Amino acid sequence: MPINYYIFLALALFCIGIVGVLTRRNAIIIFMCIELMLNAVNLLLVAFSKMHYLKNVAADSATTAGTDAQLFVFFIMVVAAAEVSVGLAIIVMMYRNIHSVDVNFLNRLKH
Amino acid sequence: MNITQILFWFLSVVAIFSALMVITSKNPVYSVLWLIVTFFAISGHYILLNAQFLAIVNIIIYAGAIMVLFLFVIMLMNLNKETEPQKNRWLKMAGAVAGGCLLLVLVAALKDTDIKQQQALVNEGSIGLIKNLGKELFTTYVVPFEICSILFLSAMVGAVVIGKKE
Repeated sequence: MPINYYIFLALALFCIGIVGVLTRRNAIIIFMCIELMLNAVNLLLVAFSKMHYLKNVAADSATTAGTDAQLFVFFIMVVAAAEVSVGLAIIVMMYRNIHSVDVNFLNRLKH
Repeated sequence: MNITQILFWFLSVVAIFSALMVITSKNPVYSVLWLIVTFFAISGHYILLNAQFLAIVNIIIYAGAIMVLFLFVIMLMNLNKETEPQKNRWLKMAGAVAGGCLLLVLVAALKDTDIKQQQALVNEGSIGLIKNLGKELFTTYVVPFEICSILFLSAMVGAVVIGKKE
């Protein structure tokens, strides 16, 4: 597949994530949109990895070019899992204190 | 149009449609379920790119663990009803326009790059298989891999400390 199809698909998913973060007020949905953006980037990294592989495989059929990108994706998933566990704990604490997950109530720094 | 292209377009349409449903659903539970559909579509793309390890890990970690955690928190807070207060209409429109403008600018910037003649190899190529990735992970990347375990431990301790009742 041409690489720019993957670029535009990942861009569309990323921008949908941004629109979600900007238009919703529920903290959990904002968090889910961040996950969506992370996944768009992961998809693009895998596509670029296979592009890099295709460029190198002509010269050397046993090449492992592009492995790094897939391991980056693996580490991004690791960081995302850790982030979700801490982030959801923060949201639960916020719900316990103000009985809502509406981000518009979190405006104490404004006053 | 061969089967690979048909699958590519099908998975892309499913991914974008379900991503749109994530941000437009009123009920948070439906949002989570649509996000799971998005993750499965993205896993399908990984399989199409022959990155089988990442496809499986994506399903296990994202659709399995993380989304169950989200659903659990939503159920715990009893948010599965359509009571979310809405932002006012102009603010929503401004958000959508801002995101659309970003998409427009990025597409316009990337439309004519040199890279667009390149192809991504689909269906073949063995770098995404677990043999190659595991070898690389436990030789070149063994230190970051071990640091990940410390990251998980600290995230676990942090989550317990934050979630604990005083």
